[in-house]
Amino acid sequence: MTAQTSGPAPNPGLAPAPAAAGPARDAQGRPTPISSRRAMIECRGVHKYYGDYHALRGIDLTIREAEFFSLLGPSGCGKTTLLRTIAGFEDISSGVVLIDGRDMARVPANARPTNMVFQSYAIFPHLTVAQNVAFGLRRDPRSRAEKAAAVEEALAMVGLKGYGARAAHALSGGQRQRVALARALILKPKVLLLDEPLSALDRKMREQMQVELIKLQRQVGITFVLVTHDQEEALVMSDRIAVMFEGEIAQLSYPEELYSRPVSRRVADFIGMMNFLPVRILGDSDAGVRVDVPGFGEFDIPAANVSRADPGDPGPSVGFRPEAVTILSRDAPAPHRETPGVIEEVVYYGDMTYYDVRLEGAERPVRISMRNVFGRDIQDLGTRTRVSWSPGSLILFR
Amino acid sequence: MRGGGLRAYALLYLLFLYAPILLLPVFAFNSGTIVAFPLNEFTTQWFSQLWGNTTLRRALVNSLTIAVSAAVLATVLGMFAARASTRYRFPGQGAALGLIMLPLVLPEIIVGVSLLVVLLAVGVELSVLTVIIGHTLICTPYSVAILTTAFSSLDQSLEEAAQDLGESRWNAFRLVILPLVMPGIMSSLLMSFTISLDEFIIAFFLAGNEPTLPTYIFSQLRFPKAIPMIMALGTVLVAASILLLALAEYFRRRGAARTGQTNSGGFP
Repeated sequence: MTAQTSGPAPNPGLAPAPAAAGPARDAQGRPTPISSRRAMIECRGVHKYYGDYHALRGIDLTIREAEFFSLLGPSGCGKTTLLRTIAGFEDISSGVVLIDGRDMARVPANARPTNMVFQSYAIFPHLTVAQNVAFGLRRDPRSRAEKAAAVEEALAMVGLKGYGARAAHALSGGQRQRVALARALILKPKVLLLDEPLSALDRKMREQMQVELIKLQRQVGITFVLVTHDQEEALVMSDRIAVMFEGEIAQLSYPEELYSRPVSRRVADFIGMMNFLPVRILGDSDAGVRVDVPGFGEFDIPAANVSRADPGDPGPSVGFRPEAVTILSRDAPAPHRETPGVIEEVVYYGDMTYYDVRLEGAERPVRISMRNVFGRDIQDLGTRTRVSWSPGSLILFR
Repeated sequence: MRGGGLRAYALLYLLFLYAPILLLPVFAFNSGTIVAFPLNEFTTQWFSQLWGNTTLRRALVNSLTIAVSAAVLATVLGMFAARASTRYRFPGQGAALGLIMLPLVLPEIIVGVSLLVVLLAVGVELSVLTVIIGHTLICTPYSVAILTTAFSSLDQSLEEAAQDLGESRWNAFRLVILPLVMPGIMSSLLMSFTISLDEFIIAFFLAGNEPTLPTYIFSQLRFPKAIPMIMALGTVLVAASILLLALAEYFRRRGAARTGQTNSGGFP
C-alpha cells in the first residue's frame, strides 16, 4: 500500500453539518467526497535540510478544499517543519509547494493565503482582544465601523462576543486560543494552519475545543491543517491524517482506515494501543497467509490483513487491538474461535476495564479491553477465562 | 531583640550610603564658605553664582549632549546586538558577544588611555565627539545586558504571527516587538545616560579643552571658595536624578502593566 490511499470515504461518527451551501458541498448542502474535491495544498518532492539534518525527506501530498487534514507524528518527525513550510516560515531545500494552484516559491509568509494558529497562540500582549483580532485588517480599505463589525462578528464566531475591550494578557488559555482563531479567520484565508493548538489546554477544555474546531471548520468551509502528536485528537477531528516518521509520510488515510488497516507495525503502534505477538509464518494459502501464533494456534490470516514490518522490527509479528477480541463470560458460547487464559491484571477506567490475559501457551500476557456495559461483571484477578477471537481481527506484519 | 545586629548593620549601611547626599542641600543653602557645622544663615547665593557661571553652564551643556548621544547610540547598538543574540544562531556568536561585553570589566583608565593614543595617532581632534565615542563604548555592554533580557523574554512566534497576518518584517518589528521591549529600551537609555553623565576618567582624557560636569567639578575642588557652589550643583543634580528616575519608573511600570507583567525591574 502506498502513502496515498483511496478507501472508504467519509469520516465516521460525525453527523453531517447543518445545511450550508459553499465550497465542497453538493446542491443539498452535503459535503462532497474529499477525493473529488479541488486540491488546495500540493506538496511535491519537498525536501528540507537544516545543515546536515534531513528534516523533510520527499513529502508528496495533496490536501483538498474544505478538508480537515492532520499531520500526526512523534516530536521531531517533521510535521511542524512541514506546516511552517506551507506557512512560508521555512524555505524548502527542493520540491514544490502549491497553494490553490499557485507556486509558493519566493512568496513570503505575509503574502500567502494562509493563516496560522500558533502553539503559544502568540497573542499580542500589549493590545486588547479587539486590537488583536483587527491586527491583520490594518491595510484593509474598509471603514473603521465596518472593521469593528467584522471584529465583533469574528469574536462571536469563536464564542467571545463582548470580549473586545479586554486586555489580551488577562485571558485564560482557552480564551487566548479563541482570540488566535478569530484573528486568523477574520482574514478569510484559503488555509488555516494549526500548530498543536490544543496541547496547552487541560483535558476537558481540549475535548470541548476539539468539537468546537470541527464545527467551526464546517461552518467556515476553509481547509484546516492541524499538527498534532496526539493520535486520539487526530482521529477525532480529521477528515484525513498523514502519519509522519523521520521526515517521511508513513501512511496517509482516513481515520477509520488508519486505525483498522495500519500499513506498518510502527503506524499501528503509534495509533492507539496494539498487542504484538511473535509469529511463525507457515506459508501462503488460498485464504491468505497460514501462521502459527503461540496461544492462538495455526490459522489463516486474510490477505487484506497483511501489512509490512518495519526495518527495525524484531521479525514478523501479528497484532490486534485490545477491543478486537472479547473475554467470554463464564458459560457463554464462543461466536468464533476461543482460547483459554488467566487474568493477570485488571485496570478499571470507569467506562472501560483493561485486562492483561495470559493465553495458554503464550509467553507474555495480552491486553484486552472490555466496555463496562450494564449487566457485565468486572472479572477478578487470577480468574481462568476464555478469549474469543477471529482471524480477521488480527493483522500480520511481515 | 531578634536580628538586632543585622538591623543595626542595615541602618549603618543606609546612613553611609545616603547621609553624605543629605548633607549636600544642607551646605548648599548655608551662607558659610567652609563646609562645617555649626551652620550660618540660609542663603540661595550659591545657586545664583551657579547660574551666572558660564564655564559651568558650558560643562552642563557638554555633559548633557554627551550623555544623551551616548545613551541613544549605546541603546541602538545594544538593540542590534541583543536581537542578534536572541533571535539568530551564527558562528562566532559567543566570541562576538564576549568582546562586546568586555568593556564592562576593562579598567576605564585603560580604555581612556588607549582611545586617546589611537585617536591622536589617527589625527582626530579631541572634542565632545570623542567623549561621545568613548562613552558609547563603555555604555553599550550595559545596554546589551538590559536589552538581551527584554528581547529574550519575548515569545518568538509573536513576530511570526504579525508576519503571518500580513505585515512586513519591519512592520512586525515596529508594531509588536518594539512596544513590548520599550520598557527595556527606557531602562537602557536611563542607565547609559547616568553612566555617561558622571563618568570622569574617559571624559578627562578625551575631552580636550571642553569641560564636562565631572571634570569641571574636579577642577574646582582646588579652590575652597568654590565648594559651596559645587554643593549647590550637587543638590540640583540629585534633585534632577530623583525626578528622572521617578519619571522613568512610572513609564516603565505603566508599560509593564499594559502587557500584564509584574516584574518591577529590580525596584520594589
